[in-house]
Amino acid sequence: MHVPAKFLGTQITGGSSSTIDAFEKMRIAGATAREALLLAAAAKLKVDKNTLRTENGAVITRDGQRIPYTELATLAASVSLPDDVSLKPRSEWKQIGRSIPKLDMVEKCTGTATFGMDVIQPDMLYATIKVNPHLGAKLNSFNAANATAMPGVKHILPLGEVGVAVVASNTWYAFKAAEVIEFDWAKTAYAQTTEGLFESAIAAFKESHQDSQNRNDGDVDFVIGQAGDATINREYRAPMLAHATMEPMNSTALLKNGQLDIWAGNQSPTFALAEAAKVSGISEENIRVHTTYLGGGFGRRAEMDFIVYAVMVAIQLEGTPVKVTWTREEDMTHDNYRPFAIARFQGVVSGSNISALDVKISSPSVMESQMGRVGLSIPGPDTTIVQAAWDQAYMIENYRVTGYRVPIGIPVSSWRSVGASQNGFFCESMMDELAHEANVDPIDIRLALISHSPTRKVLEAVAELANWGRMLPENHGMGIALVTSFGVPVAQVIEVEKTQNGIKIHNVYVAADVGIAIDPSNIEAQLISGINFGLAAAMMGEITLKDGKVEQTNFHNFDSIRMHQAPAIHCKILENGERIRGIGEPGTPPAAPALANAIYAATGVRLREMPFKKQIQFV
Amino acid sequence: MQLNVNGKQHEVDVEETMPLLWVLRDELAITGPKFGCGIAMCGACTVHINGMPARSCSIPVGQVSGQVTTIEGLGTPYAMHVVQAAWVEHQVAQCGYCQPGQIMSAAALLQVNPNPDDEAIDRALSANLCRCGTYPRIRAAVKTAAAKIRESNL
Ligand code: FES
Ligand code: FES
Repeated sequence: MHVPAKFLGTQITGGSSSTIDAFEKMRIAGATAREALLLAAAAKLKVDKNTLRTENGAVITRDGQRIPYTELATLAASVSLPDDVSLKPRSEWKQIGRSIPKLDMVEKCTGTATFGMDVIQPDMLYATIKVNPHLGAKLNSFNAANATAMPGVKHILPLGEVGVAVVASNTWYAFKAAEVIEFDWAKTAYAQTTEGLFESAIAAFKESHQDSQNRNDGDVDFVIGQAGDATINREYRAPMLAHATMEPMNSTALLKNGQLDIWAGNQSPTFALAEAAKVSGISEENIRVHTTYLGGGFGRRAEMDFIVYAVMVAIQLEGTPVKVTWTREEDMTHDNYRPFAIARFQGVVSGSNISALDVKISSPSVMESQMGRVGLSIPGPDTTIVQAAWDQAYMIENYRVTGYRVPIGIPVSSWRSVGASQNGFFCESMMDELAHEANVDPIDIRLALISHSPTRKVLEAVAELANWGRMLPENHGMGIALVTSFGVPVAQVIEVEKTQNGIKIHNVYVAADVGIAIDPSNIEAQLISGINFGLAAAMMGEITLKDGKVEQTNFHNFDSIRMHQAPAIHCKILENGERIRGIGEPGTPPAAPALANAIYAATGVRLREMPFKKQIQFV
Repeated sequence: MQLNVNGKQHEVDVEETMPLLWVLRDELAITGPKFGCGIAMCGACTVHINGMPARSCSIPVGQVSGQVTTIEGLGTPYAMHVVQAAWVEHQVAQCGYCQPGQIMSAAALLQVNPNPDDEAIDRALSANLCRCGTYPRIRAAVKTAAAKIRESNL
């Protein structure tokens, strides 16, 4: 069997890469298994393998006898496999393209699925942590005199140089005791306020901080120079965001007889293994990472802090399994955040055409921050700073996209769709502004700039699905956005209504091209999820910094979209793309600009800063 | 102190101020109710107390009297409650973490209102966050379960 080597030997759920990575491998594995079953049946029946075929879990002989795979499995395990198997042509696929009920569904609907939070080991203790809220700085000293005498408290342990763990007989006792410990935290050297962070982004708009210029078509400076005062200058902003997974960070660990066991819902077991080895000094062969269900990842569980802290506790309490659960407050204030960003545009419209567009984006580097935490450095530019800005299908004659890197301060991280989560909003809102300036329909102005056929087709499909251009009820407005991320072009039309009490989001229409749609129901689910995730951020998501600490602590001040605000979502899945793609993230980026553009259509208010609740109300 | 959960009587020895959630999870190993926020803002910990939905993270165990029902007591994988069956039919769960709470809230709603309109669903379920954004399928599943309940009431 020739299966391509695993990328850097890592297992990771991220970058919408699982489907792309596994598709061919799983097909080869399936085809090889089928071949083994055929060989086993041929040997058992002493017939030529070519007289046999397979169907619905059985080998079928020429005279119609059915031998279930279950009867052949043992024998099949010992046959020698051919080097090459042929894969079924698309015309013969039976399972690919069919919606199949998910295996985890019953467990997850009956409370029997085991999430990291639900791991129970014999004689386990329960812990929580308190880490310096000045992220990255150390703990100078602490006084736990009041905490040690609290009910249920067993141990108070240092956590590296950054905090402490409280170990108790019940998570609640640990939470309560942690609250009364007095801490003297060291401070950080980076900006201490939200304003300071944005000032650092403004300061980075200069040549010395230029990170990339992946697109520089035509002569932007010349066209803008000619346009002079007619140039359309715009600035957009996006705040930091927390991942706020539904399940707060947690992990369970046990060190016993030189063996380390770790239980955690996580997005990268191989990184977990390496990090655990690093902090414990135990070699990787003696560590087992048990990956449980996770209550949301969105990039947060590709980070390793929650695993490292559990290991730090376990190695101090040899022989005792300890589950370390963060409070929501700890989780919210100790995230690695979606970075803040500023975009500056200069656009020139001539007639009904966009003749020049200059895009400058300033933001900290996710890759530098994230890789730095596991001791790696990424040489060269970080294209996530300009992701979904430089790499879109638009063919504007004079078109330049420059990324500027803000020096790393507060830790930042991959947040569902990464750079596309803010750049989609910036660029597609700007596109709408230019369409209005040019007095051209926002879909037509896009189509005029795109020749890539699958991308054109998602625009056309969403226009049809939404019945774009139809007469709308009074106070309704529709907005369009198109963002390609992770290779998937996604177009969304959002319909809102301006009511007396604020904006009501009625409908989202979405068309996405995944190349090959393995499971349409699951793709629909991911689109719905990605859209609601993007809408929540656009409407109300904002992490702010004050006195060097994150101000939001729980869902009362970092809320998310809820049932009464969630729109109806209508999906159209297309398969014109050149290859199969993953759909975990691409649904998110167009949601914010489609919403902003719809609100503009309904109200005339142009939103250039997320979250929109700063300027308008939602109902 | 005595606590009745899913029809079983338990003796627990904890501080009376301990929230019901942490008694269920860490003392009784009943882990269906989830910890999400601890301040009655997310609904992940929703259980029924005497049939009424309650956020178990914010109710001291000392104040609980009567029957506590958790997702495990509502139905089991082999004998699902009508709401759970509707959830499976609509393939609602993604990460699944919020779903025990969603299902408990929905079951409590349908108990008193087997024919909820969209507004009633909004009201009953707005206390339950889903960061995976499964709301459209939740809504559809509630309606399917409601129709089944009405049928069986005929
Ligand atoms: S954990 Fe109880 S409402 Fe969030
Ligand atoms: S299914 Fe993940 S939070 Fe609801």
